[in-house]
Amino acid sequence: MKILIKNASAYINKTWIDTDVLIDKQNIIKVEKEINDKADLTIDAKGKKLIPGFVDLHCHLRDPGQTYKEDIHTGTRSAAKGGFTTICAMPNTEPTIDNIGEVEYIQRKAKDLGLCKVKVIGASSKKLEGKEIAEIATMKEGGIVAVSDDGACVQNSKLQSNIMLYAQNFDIPVIIHAEDYSLAGKGQIAGGIMATKLGLSGIPALAEEVIISRDLMLSEATKCQIHIAHLSTANSVEMIRQAKKKGIKVTSEVTPHHLIFNEERLATFDTNFKCKPPIRSEKDRQALIEGLIDGTIDLIATDHAPHADFEKEKEFDFAPFGVIGFETAFPGLYTHLVKNNIISLELLIEKLSTAPASWLKLNSGAIEVGKAADLVLVDLNQSIEINNETISSKSKNSPFIGETLLGRIELTICDGKVTWEINDNK
Amino acid sequence: MNNISLLGRNLYDLDDYTPEEIINILEVSKVMKEINSREYKKLPTLKGKTICTLFVENSTRTRMSFELAANRLSADVVTFEATTSSLQKGESLQDTVTTLNAMGIDLYIIRHSSAGSPQIVNKYTGKPVMNAGDGRHAHPTQALLDMYSIYERLGSLNGLKIAIIGDIVNSRVVRSNLIGMKKLGAEVTICGPRTLVPNHMDTVYGCKVTYDLKTALKNADVVMGLRMQLERQTEGLFPSLEEYTKHYVLSKQTIKWAKKDALVMHPGPMNRGVEILPELADSSQSIILDQVSNGVAVRMALLFSILGGRF
Repeated sequence: MKILIKNASAYINKTWIDTDVLIDKQNIIKVEKEINDKADLTIDAKGKKLIPGFVDLHCHLRDPGQTYKEDIHTGTRSAAKGGFTTICAMPNTEPTIDNIGEVEYIQRKAKDLGLCKVKVIGASSKKLEGKEIAEIATMKEGGIVAVSDDGACVQNSKLQSNIMLYAQNFDIPVIIHAEDYSLAGKGQIAGGIMATKLGLSGIPALAEEVIISRDLMLSEATKCQIHIAHLSTANSVEMIRQAKKKGIKVTSEVTPHHLIFNEERLATFDTNFKCKPPIRSEKDRQALIEGLIDGTIDLIATDHAPHADFEKEKEFDFAPFGVIGFETAFPGLYTHLVKNNIISLELLIEKLSTAPASWLKLNSGAIEVGKAADLVLVDLNQSIEINNETISSKSKNSPFIGETLLGRIELTICDGKVTWEINDNK
Repeated sequence: MNNISLLGRNLYDLDDYTPEEIINILEVSKVMKEINSREYKKLPTLKGKTICTLFVENSTRTRMSFELAANRLSADVVTFEATTSSLQKGESLQDTVTTLNAMGIDLYIIRHSSAGSPQIVNKYTGKPVMNAGDGRHAHPTQALLDMYSIYERLGSLNGLKIAIIGDIVNSRVVRSNLIGMKKLGAEVTICGPRTLVPNHMDTVYGCKVTYDLKTALKNADVVMGLRMQLERQTEGLFPSLEEYTKHYVLSKQTIKWAKKDALVMHPGPMNRGVEILPELADSSQSIILDQVSNGVAVRMALLFSILGGRF
């Protein structure tokens, strides 16, 4: 099938070019000022922005085992609606993705659905128990792109060291959810002013920082490539800044909610702001933005973490951690950061598309002949309302509920197929 | 009683209440206290109103104080016991209160181990909710009765120096008192070992923080001890009760650092010999039993004001 996109303002080589784009099967085959080839579908993109499809290095699809929260169908549909063309699923499902069988299940199901490409991050320890190394090499044969015990940080330093040695051996990066459990304790929100005010147990910044510090040293010793997930503290950013200067093989990510909100939003005990790591102070948020701008933080990842209403609508202490993020990532960041002149639209695209695509070594992340036809068309002047009816994820635990966000995703094309179009409002 | 109305208000904590509203509650409490001193301790004013006490965390004393207050105003009281109820069987708080609400409750009084739970009750019932203690967050009726006990003795809190000593980090009583006492013009100093005093208290509450008992008590008009729980020792927050007592106990000896005849308070239940010695708790300086009896009067005043009672 051929798709012709006419009159787009396309993001090419870090600038905006008025152009037509022709897609044949899975690839971009022509990028020219005026294309008049016959196509099966012609799209008039006048006044809209054509961007390389977004890539998410960090999400939870809850499939297998927790499909009342989300499944691969609803999850990839939600991702497509948010403009994502590749997403990476974390392994904390039931059963855990710690073997090649589970890896293949997810890839096969996602491929059959064809709504968004799904890459798998395998567990780094069996059953995420932090006791024995998972079959990393076998899972690599199955297609994993990294390993992580996300959400269940490996506490045993000897095991973490061995995981890094072993993963390095097979050229697999290790992704780290940094949380020292003895320091985090029963913490519910950031250890800070709001925790003191609300009498909720706090998760101190140190809980994240001591693990990052440890794992930077382990990475240096083992030569393993590591990626620090969802940074939340100013000190974490600084440690990674210094580590990069030192030549340690480390990259890092930040979520939209940590870039946009600060702990003051917890004042009403709204469990849609309860997540790990916790949303911290304004000072931390500013440091995250600074780290994003100066390149210390390589990319933005959603940490899309669906939980059912009946789980979130509980006493604060009893509600699970996590918020959803696919559908609000671009519009949320565009509205809160780009429109307020805090970061540029170009930087946002680099962090949502180019950088994660290159981290995953994908044949996408750029609008060029020969690249995969993973594209998203955005209307910066159109807005969307975020509420239970408009969210297409199975779960509705979004911190953006009630907001109207600019930067509507009009169309998503993944591997040359339309996976989301604004009019088929489902 | 001027034109301040608290009709239909929630009482989550004192930050939602103005100094004038707090003074108004204290003034109505004075009237209620007079009624409690009568031989026939009852007003018909809330006849026909139904109040539900929902104690998801146990507290016999606080619950009795609320129930007595409601009874003395002629309201009907139903008690939801968490230990023997559906919550024990796994029903959510949301479902529980939705069900209770269908029975026609006019006001809820909730105690819960999780901060923010009173807001959940209001969200699913639309009825006024009084917080009888939520986690480590707030205990506004205790703070009001503490403030009333001082108000009754000294006529005002304005300009008073108040010292609160002990397990600050786990105390909801401290947090509500800090908010309320500051609104009425008092200067509060909190004190305890550093492992039991959270960061940012001065920023959040505008209070003074010290880790030294003598400094805390200096020139204090009022001194309040807090219950020290033995569990804190196993949590690694201090090494032994003996060592805690040695540095932080309120005694006839240490109270000398405060103003002469400073009032001595404690929210109860006391650990005699740990945070306070009996010689002080039972002395003429102590108003600990006043606090208990004032609790009923203050809770009557709150129920009366929120449910729109008339004299």
